[in-house]
Amino acid sequence: MSSFKIARRNIRRNKRRTVITAASIFFAVFFAVIMRSMQLGTYTEMIKNVVSSYTGHIQIHKKGYWNDKIINNTFPENTELEKTIAKIPEVEKVVPRLESFALASFRQLTKGSIVIGISPEKENNMTKLADKVISGNYLSKTNKGVLVAEKLASFLKLGVGDTIVLMGQGYHAATAAGKYPVKGIIRLNAPDLNNKIVYINLSEAQDLYSAPNMLSSLSILLKNSDDIKSVKTAISDKINPENFEVMTWEEILPELKQAIESDNISGQFMLAILYMIVGFGVFGTIVMMTVERKKEFGIMTAVGMKKIKLAGILFYETLLLGILGILSGFAVSLPLILYFSKSPVPITGDVGNTFKSFGFEPVIAFSVNPHFMINQISVVVVIVLIAYIYPLSYILKINPVKALRN
Amino acid sequence: MNIIETKNLHKTYKESEIEVHAVRGVDLSFEQGEFTAIVGPSGSGKTTLLNMIGGLDKPTEGEIIIDGINISTLKGSKLIDFRLRKIGFVFQAYNLIPVLTAKENVEFIMNLQKRPKKERIKRAEDLLKAVGLGDRMNARPSKLSGGQQQRVAVARALASKPMFILADEPTANLDSESTRNLLEIMETLNKEENITFIFSTHDTRVVNKARRIITIDDGKVLSDEKK
Repeated sequence: MSSFKIARRNIRRNKRRTVITAASIFFAVFFAVIMRSMQLGTYTEMIKNVVSSYTGHIQIHKKGYWNDKIINNTFPENTELEKTIAKIPEVEKVVPRLESFALASFRQLTKGSIVIGISPEKENNMTKLADKVISGNYLSKTNKGVLVAEKLASFLKLGVGDTIVLMGQGYHAATAAGKYPVKGIIRLNAPDLNNKIVYINLSEAQDLYSAPNMLSSLSILLKNSDDIKSVKTAISDKINPENFEVMTWEEILPELKQAIESDNISGQFMLAILYMIVGFGVFGTIVMMTVERKKEFGIMTAVGMKKIKLAGILFYETLLLGILGILSGFAVSLPLILYFSKSPVPITGDVGNTFKSFGFEPVIAFSVNPHFMINQISVVVVIVLIAYIYPLSYILKINPVKALRN
Repeated sequence: MNIIETKNLHKTYKESEIEVHAVRGVDLSFEQGEFTAIVGPSGSGKTTLLNMIGGLDKPTEGEIIIDGINISTLKGSKLIDFRLRKIGFVFQAYNLIPVLTAKENVEFIMNLQKRPKKERIKRAEDLLKAVGLGDRMNARPSKLSGGQQQRVAVARALASKPMFILADEPTANLDSESTRNLLEIMETLNKEENITFIFSTHDTRVVNKARRIITIDDGKVLSDEKK
């Protein structure tokens, strides 16, 4: 009769005790998995929104561009560099852009705008920009024309087929001026961008700003966002750091990173409270389970069972209760998060509008990343092991005579 | 030849700040094959004396020599191991392990002794048959009567092939029928297999069967008579 078998039978013997302990672990795992999945899923969705709609995971600029975003801080288009980066196995897409400021005018109306020169096909591969066209057509490689953000178009009172005038300062103080037919109107999630963006063919932008073959950035989308650090290092090794700066989305959008981090900390704090409550619950039942069996332990040691072996039985019992709670917690929470990861919960009303105003999809997304689940299991196992300290010390100190008298 | 000797055995403990002298200078010796009853009123020190002989409790003063070893000097797992190999216990309240069947309870001790499985099973079955429980081997304690549980406890005590068996009021919770059965079994085992039994008891039925009666009161041996 192995210690494990005795432990298993003890678990079955007192069903009420087993149910109470396993249920407290079940609820901890259930709520922790749901909460954490929702939190991490929402962060991932936010990051995906930002990364795939514009920034990419990593950007390369001319050194100093990020602090002084002027047309003079651009770098020559280099297909070799693009190819070298594209060859890094973790890289999915490399998208070139030339971005600068211009005044956009139609008839009597003028508004400041951001003009972004893009390679239509590459840009669409990364940002699905063509899907955001609400009227007209998406740009093609050859046509001369622009896509105007919805709110900017509405301000200028222009539509598809109208001609927009762009004026600004070009490379090395040259005058930048041009008129372009509006090929399409696009709707961008972020209201700020929806108010001022004009997309134009990359070659047209280079002509407009008298910056032939110049780029302000290469945006890089990775296959997996976990590889950001390693790819940044790989890229930094392949370029001259005197000429270029390599920035991750976290460096480009530090405010988003901070917002996620602070929300993450508050989420973890809530989880810690939840675990603490559950920890006391588990500890209480384990103390009860130990003390009420004092006599049984006394018999076992009296007839010749070594205390360490007895402690082993209790270890298995505690572990089995933990496993039972963890498995049942996952059995219920996993199907839920799998379902909601495929069908995120839409957020409506004011909260939804707030999400939209930050450029995020108004949905509560769920993560099914195994890392956080492993973390939850580890935390519960640690709680159970901490709770086991009591029966362990109780067994080691047990006096068979006193225990038998119990 | 003596298998157990106690020399000037004393036991003092504190109960609610009052010093209780449970055993006062007991000198006894026991030989192989004895069937001895230690009698005396409640609180006379019988159970304390038995616990000390069984290595469950430490004397405040004096020595207990079992098979030539002073067990007062043994500690921790060495003492547990000594109990496992030399001493069998039968307790008043049966004290079987509730989650194990009758056979597993008997096997349990041999399992602790790391005996081969085949040997364990055979011996457990033989012992349970010997105590008249051949048909209740797979029953858990909760499904057995008090008398049956106590017979399992005797089989368990015998399983480790101990040098002697200490039985602390083994019939206290049993009815007459169960007491008679149990005593017959223990007497048979004593006579046929020369197993040494030492009881602490109030029960006159046990006393009548015993071949040596030690009377204790106030922690001292008042009389030691052999029949």
